[in-house]
Amino acid sequence: MIDKHSAGTHAMLAVKGLEAWYGESHILHGVTFDVQPGEVVTLLGRNGVGKTTTLKAIMGIVEQRRGSVRFEDRELVGLSSDAIARGGIAFCPEERGIFASLNVRENLLLPPQVRPGGLDVERIFALFPNLRERLSSQGTKLSGGEQQMLAIGRILRTGARLLLLDEPTEGLAPVIIQQIRETIGSLKAQGFTILLVEQNFHFAAAVADRHYIMEHGRVVDEFSTPQLKANPAKLHDYLGV
Amino acid sequence: MFEIFGVPSYALFGQLLLGLINGSFYALLSLGLAVIFGMLNIINFTHGAQYMMGAFVAYMLLQYLGINYWAALVIVPILVGATGIIIERLFLARLQKLDPLYGLLLTFGLALIIEGVFRNYYGSSGKPYDIPDALQGGHNLGFMFLPNYRAWVIVFSLAVCLVTWFAIERTRLGSYLRAATENPTLVRAFGIDVPRLVTLTYGFGVGLAALAGVMAAPIYNVSPQMGSDIIIVVFAVVVIGGMGSIMGAILTGFTLGIVEGFTKVFFPEASNTVIFVIMVIVLLIRPAGLFGRGI
Repeated sequence: MIDKHSAGTHAMLAVKGLEAWYGESHILHGVTFDVQPGEVVTLLGRNGVGKTTTLKAIMGIVEQRRGSVRFEDRELVGLSSDAIARGGIAFCPEERGIFASLNVRENLLLPPQVRPGGLDVERIFALFPNLRERLSSQGTKLSGGEQQMLAIGRILRTGARLLLLDEPTEGLAPVIIQQIRETIGSLKAQGFTILLVEQNFHFAAAVADRHYIMEHGRVVDEFSTPQLKANPAKLHDYLGV
Repeated sequence: MFEIFGVPSYALFGQLLLGLINGSFYALLSLGLAVIFGMLNIINFTHGAQYMMGAFVAYMLLQYLGINYWAALVIVPILVGATGIIIERLFLARLQKLDPLYGLLLTFGLALIIEGVFRNYYGSSGKPYDIPDALQGGHNLGFMFLPNYRAWVIVFSLAVCLVTWFAIERTRLGSYLRAATENPTLVRAFGIDVPRLVTLTYGFGVGLAALAGVMAAPIYNVSPQMGSDIIIVVFAVVVIGGMGSIMGAILTGFTLGIVEGFTKVFFPEASNTVIFVIMVIVLLIRPAGLFGRGI
């Protein structure tokens, strides 16, 4: 099912045979997929199949890695994570990574601009109006939903065009999930390219163009969103839901 | 002259002044230790030796090159801070992923080596360093005599402490530092060169120690063991204040200096141990320290 033709030279992100280790444990066993400019793509799969590790290996946070990750035709394997970020990729971690010793404003302004053309603070407030009233609160005093908005909002300033979002809906109330869903739609409309890790495939089906299924540290299948909706049984097999 | 609790005001305020002077050095040194510990997770046992180097480099600049105190205040922290940067690049950076004990052992060993080298060349009796001309003399305030140089040390070290606090707690660079103290991996994944930040932080902390050394040179003798004399107390100050709080390090430093001074007036026998007694009590009641954020 994997579409061999999509891994063309025009991919914004082309991952090929990516392997990664945490110390002695071999987590990724050759992950291959690609993301085209302007697309929203998800990595789906059960817990522990290597979705988060894939994002961290792309980002260089997992340093022990092999294979190829090309971003705008530049090889990233071997670069440090700060160099990868300055190349124009931004990462929003699963645990959100809001800093307790920084207030909301400092959290928002922390990631440096890596390219021109990031959203200015006013446009981030337009997406997430709650943040404006909480600017001088301690970052971790925000609610879970607000922290997630802050975590996404702060990487929009940087000018990065490829966003890696790790489970942005985890543990959030449906109304917040709905808001994040609209945000991702709005970001896509503004030309951002997004690679999303998700457990919640209803959310994934609602926001993404394409979906890769991961098992045991590999990508084993690919669906477009219409295919995903047409094959619920197969997806249930993969995800065990 | 008047009396307070039967103690002449000259004696009381004289000891208070001495306490504030000691407190200035405790604050500057524990501030550097706290900044270094936050970023590197290393307890910098070389700190006392670097303070001593500050005093000695000031002495050498004056002796061999005729460079005066005021220029030394600027040059010495840069020179000694640069040696700190070399130490960080050569040694500490390699220990980063290991148990913090290795850093402790390495910096402890370095302190012994540095102290030994200075003892070898300058002996252990100490060298005098004159108070700069502009700060000779003092003022009689009626209730006490205030030497100008001592007043300068208190005011200047307080200013340095507050500027450092402001830089860390209120500026953009400071927000990088605080964030990198919490989660260096994520800060790096935002595109900030954290290893360089770590190197500069160590250099800065060492520079602070050296600055304290320059200020101490005219008060205490410049001697190879001046660092190990003070650093034991400074570690107790850090334990009491708690690692990881900038304002905590400053406040605890000055406060304990004053407590020590008052103890000299009212119960002189305990003046050398009072800080350690407080340390024991704080460890029993609040193991993370008065301002610490937990262990």
